[in-house]
Amino acid sequence: MNLESFLLMRHELVLTIITLIVLVAELSVNDDNKRKVISIATVLFGINMVIGFLPNMAGILFGKMYINTDLQWTMKNILNLGVFVVLLQSVAWLKETENKIKISEFYILIFSTLLGMQFMISSGSFLMLYLGLELATIPMAALAAYDRYRSNSAEAGVKLILSAAMSSAVLLLGISFIYGTTGSTYFDVVALKYTTAPLQTLAFILFFSGMAFKISLVPFHLWTADVYEGSPINVTSYLSVISKGASAFILVTVLFTVFNSIALIWKPLMYIIAVLTMTVGNLFAMRQQNMKRFLAFSSIAQAGFILLGIIGASNIGMTSVIYFVFVYIFSNLGAFGVVSVIYYKSRKENMDDYNGLYFTNPKLSLVMMLALFSLAGIPPVAGFFGKFFLFTAAAESGYYWLVFIAVLNATISLYYYLLVVKAMFINKNETPIAYIKTDWPAKVAILICVIGIFAVGFYSGIYQYITSISFGI
Amino acid sequence: MDILSLFVIIPVITVLAIILVKNPMQTRLISAIGMGIQLLLAAYLIYAYFAERNAGNMDEMLFMKDIIWYEALNIHYTVGVDGISVAMIALTSVVVFAGVFASWKVDFLPKEFFISLILLSSGVFGFFISLDIFTMFLFYEVAVIPMYLLIGIWGSGPKEYAAMKLTLMLMGGSALLMVGLLGIYTNSAPNGGPLTFNILEIAKVHIPIEAQRMFFPMTFVGFGILGALFPFHTWSPDGHASAPTAVSMLHAGVLMKLGGYGAFRVAIFLLPDAAHELSWIFIILTSISVVYGAFGAIVQKDLKYINAYSSVSHCGLVLFAVLMMNKTAMDGAILQMISHGLMTALFFALIGMIYGRTHTRLINEMGGLMKVMPFLGVAYVIAGLASLGLPGLSGFVAEMTIFVGSFQHVDTFHRVVTIVAVSSIVITAVYILRVVGALLFGPIKNDHFLQLEDAKWYEKISTVTLIMAIAAIGIAPLWLSNMIGDSLQPIIDKLTIMIP
Repeated sequence: MNLESFLLMRHELVLTIITLIVLVAELSVNDDNKRKVISIATVLFGINMVIGFLPNMAGILFGKMYINTDLQWTMKNILNLGVFVVLLQSVAWLKETENKIKISEFYILIFSTLLGMQFMISSGSFLMLYLGLELATIPMAALAAYDRYRSNSAEAGVKLILSAAMSSAVLLLGISFIYGTTGSTYFDVVALKYTTAPLQTLAFILFFSGMAFKISLVPFHLWTADVYEGSPINVTSYLSVISKGASAFILVTVLFTVFNSIALIWKPLMYIIAVLTMTVGNLFAMRQQNMKRFLAFSSIAQAGFILLGIIGASNIGMTSVIYFVFVYIFSNLGAFGVVSVIYYKSRKENMDDYNGLYFTNPKLSLVMMLALFSLAGIPPVAGFFGKFFLFTAAAESGYYWLVFIAVLNATISLYYYLLVVKAMFINKNETPIAYIKTDWPAKVAILICVIGIFAVGFYSGIYQYITSISFGI
Repeated sequence: MDILSLFVIIPVITVLAIILVKNPMQTRLISAIGMGIQLLLAAYLIYAYFAERNAGNMDEMLFMKDIIWYEALNIHYTVGVDGISVAMIALTSVVVFAGVFASWKVDFLPKEFFISLILLSSGVFGFFISLDIFTMFLFYEVAVIPMYLLIGIWGSGPKEYAAMKLTLMLMGGSALLMVGLLGIYTNSAPNGGPLTFNILEIAKVHIPIEAQRMFFPMTFVGFGILGALFPFHTWSPDGHASAPTAVSMLHAGVLMKLGGYGAFRVAIFLLPDAAHELSWIFIILTSISVVYGAFGAIVQKDLKYINAYSSVSHCGLVLFAVLMMNKTAMDGAILQMISHGLMTALFFALIGMIYGRTHTRLINEMGGLMKVMPFLGVAYVIAGLASLGLPGLSGFVAEMTIFVGSFQHVDTFHRVVTIVAVSSIVITAVYILRVVGALLFGPIKNDHFLQLEDAKWYEKISTVTLIMAIAAIGIAPLWLSNMIGDSLQPIIDKLTIMIP
């Protein structure tokens, strides 16, 4: 392996190395000093993130199995940034006594899933895609069951692994059909040979179902409720933000590059699934009292909006999806960050507990409000731009009614986001959550999110850059 | 830095300054100074506008500034004003300035109150200066959202219900609007070339009639909801009744005008064919608004409800006039927006001040207030007379122009709806005089009213500012209608060319 291919694959290689370092560190620190692993792992990951941002080198490895262009490079960096925020937010939680003996496991598992996602993003063949997918999924189940003494966390792990296995089976069946009918697993070869023949259509639908499971599109979303609720908060935020963002990205690239020739088939399918996902996600979210479930369900609805960009099937659509994912990571992690700070300091995670929060914790409440407005798509925060561009992409392809349904759904989502704002700012509470002193890593994480929420919207350079790299997809 | 962007930047700076200070007094002072500068700037803008026009600058829009924002989608930050926008900006700055003084004594979270109020105003200013429908929409939503907090936190009565209802209805309206605007955008280059959000560019092309038919109703209703178009007006009475004083002032005085202005600047100007074709539906709806609002005001007992319904009626008249699509009526529409904006702001300010003293807004519990608070009483009478269109005050000029304009249509339909709408003047007179009589004259019903004080200095500033503006328009309407008339000409030209 020469230097060139090292630079090409540096995201994956550096991540593998730091995973190994964490493993060694775990062996070499004694039981009293386990907490040192937290800072080691976080700093190492920060370095990894910086290395990732160094100028990219585009290229192909392993006979087109591994592709790295500016697009993949950007997406991996976006994920790295998101994971870094998640790691900072997890510090306070990992420092709790009950987690003392399993700190390194958290990092090793989370790095492994990230590694899987990065391979998925860079994959140039269905085989690589599947390998990445499995690597991203299986450690995730262990993460979900991280609080293993809590029965619903253990339950979440089992549910995740079982339904993931099921969806993998479906996906593999789809891939084997694709291989059977085209004679190849490579994206470029498959793209040339793909037609609307019944078997190939079936293969596509099977493949798509597997992916839809990952993004938790309706009707493949049923696993999400319990898994999101059972998992520890930071794992939930990882699941519903990073994992979902990565899968959405891969779905877009595969649909645009491989299945472009059968767009006539998948567009109506997307239309229906988009409407279902937005509506069902919203209806579920509206009734939630638990903040974790609330955010998780609202993230299902958000996934429906992503499909609007996909259905546009245009350059703008592609750009808008990536841009939206980027904005979404900041907004949702901002919200999850506040929820996690509050939960680990006060053990409260119900909406009623948030009543009067502004009077004791004004800063946290303001961040929460900004993040929720961004999720709802209210200007001047970035979520507005993200949604507007997705809608523009769909409208340019003539899907006006879909846009209308989506905007109505955005209004419905505003209703339940406002419920939280109302709880924090308007409702009175005899015993509000006392003043919380946020630990500094979480502060940094929240600050990154807030800066992101504002800057990504007003600074158009980011959108411009994504446009330039997604051109020609 | 161009003069127009200052209108958005000054409120933002004011907000930042408020964040830094500690005590409520400084907060108030900074708000007053910031909005005072804004008022002076608006006065300067009027002066500069006339100077440009007199110098022979006959461009459609003045003080234009164009910055590319999102190049890939051809989104620009484009600002520019014609006489109509200048008038609306002046109205906004007067109302906001008066609003700051009317809420001088907000003692619950004053800092947050003024921040939300001024943020809201920056959205309104931004809306009026925008020439790009993307930024216009952005500012529109910026203006709507703080309303939720303002009503929810500082409101009275069933405030949470009213705030949620108002926000969701207006955001539902903006859902329609967004689809409409995106439809205009995607059809903005029927002959090829890049799509654009720029209003002036879009006005030059002819959008296919099928697209117009689809998007005109969406855009018009989208804006119409904010302009209290029947049957989407129900947020208005509840919202106004629950809102704190300054918010009612700003909302009825300015925010509802966003609806009228948008309907005129975007819906009718950009989609003229469909506007001609479909205007009859909306003319019927707006006539209902006009008459229904007036009747609604008659039966209400709560002062704020009375004024809220009267706003539905008057704002309905604005949309009614806009739909007549001739120069006289549109001239009247703009005048009506300004006149109603000032007068209703004055009403709400006075109602807030009276309520702050009597702790009731029900007219049958009050009486003889003229004896104990003559200043507020006289101001109330002036507002009432302006509202019912007494010559010499702003309301008369506006309503007269509207009805003359709408009567210029010779067909039966337009004549009938005009006559129906004119009847609202009589009804308006009934409820205004009834309120003035019950509230200000007659015996004092409650002994503790005798101890009430008249207006404080800050209340006087608020009231006098508004009264002076009303009188200025009523006594010297010519400068205003010149300003509006010149700017209307290109719009009317476009509307007439489009008639086959």
